[in-house]
Amino acid sequence: MGELTLGVFPSLVGSMSLDFAFKLADAAIAKGHKVNMWLSGNAVMMAKKGQKAFKDYSHNEKKMMELIGKGMEITVCEACAEARGYHKEDVPAGMKRASMDWYLAKTVKTDKLLHIGGE
Amino acid sequence: MGAVKLLFVVQRPPYKSENPRLALTHAIASQTAEIYMDDGDSVVPTVVFVGDGVLNVVKNQQAMKLYGVTSTESHIKNSLLIDMPVWVCKEDMERLGLKEDQMITDAEEIGGELKTKFVSFAEIQKEMESVKHLLFF
Repeated sequence: MGELTLGVFPSLVGSMSLDFAFKLADAAIAKGHKVNMWLSGNAVMMAKKGQKAFKDYSHNEKKMMELIGKGMEITVCEACAEARGYHKEDVPAGMKRASMDWYLAKTVKTDKLLHIGGE
Repeated sequence: MGAVKLLFVVQRPPYKSENPRLALTHAIASQTAEIYMDDGDSVVPTVVFVGDGVLNVVKNQQAMKLYGVTSTESHIKNSLLIDMPVWVCKEDMERLGLKEDQMITDAEEIGGELKTKFVSFAEIQKEMESVKHLLFF
């Protein structure tokens, strides 16, 4: 099976791009692929635990935790997060923080790389 | 695995969104990515500005003076300083009425030797076909 790395950039609320990223990751994992997800730019809003679900807004924390449980490696850009006031203690269990070189290194071994979203 | 070529394709104009900045900071991060890689592996990035993204390369940006933030220009110059190729689409410059003398062409003042390359879309497409991954910003 292959390895897919997703560079994910959209904000938590405002488009369905982040939702799509999780759906795609879920589908790839279901097919047996390894999935890595890099959250950068406004997508680092996922690096805040305790998000409350409302019917009017996207809510991806539950799905993210489920995918982490299935082996998805998810890492958030620490500079992007710190710039927005999301600190180490805010990060949900299972999510890593790293600098952008982590993501660049992933491009070496991954079979496919896909960027999703951005403002 | 050896050296892996990456092409960062910047399509968005500067300051309107974070994407061009993220493209440059991610590309520059290739300099330190080896700490996460196996021995002998490396990433070799090129950044190309296309569409409205060519506006990122207009020189004399005043972001620090007006907003107190580093300019996209400074990131482009830092890219040239570390010998990272910076390409600009000639057709898109023409579409926007931009001439080469209005653009960032080098980083000589900070010791850079590499110069910006103004290229046709055909050259960009050829590069797109030669790299392992395309990173659209």
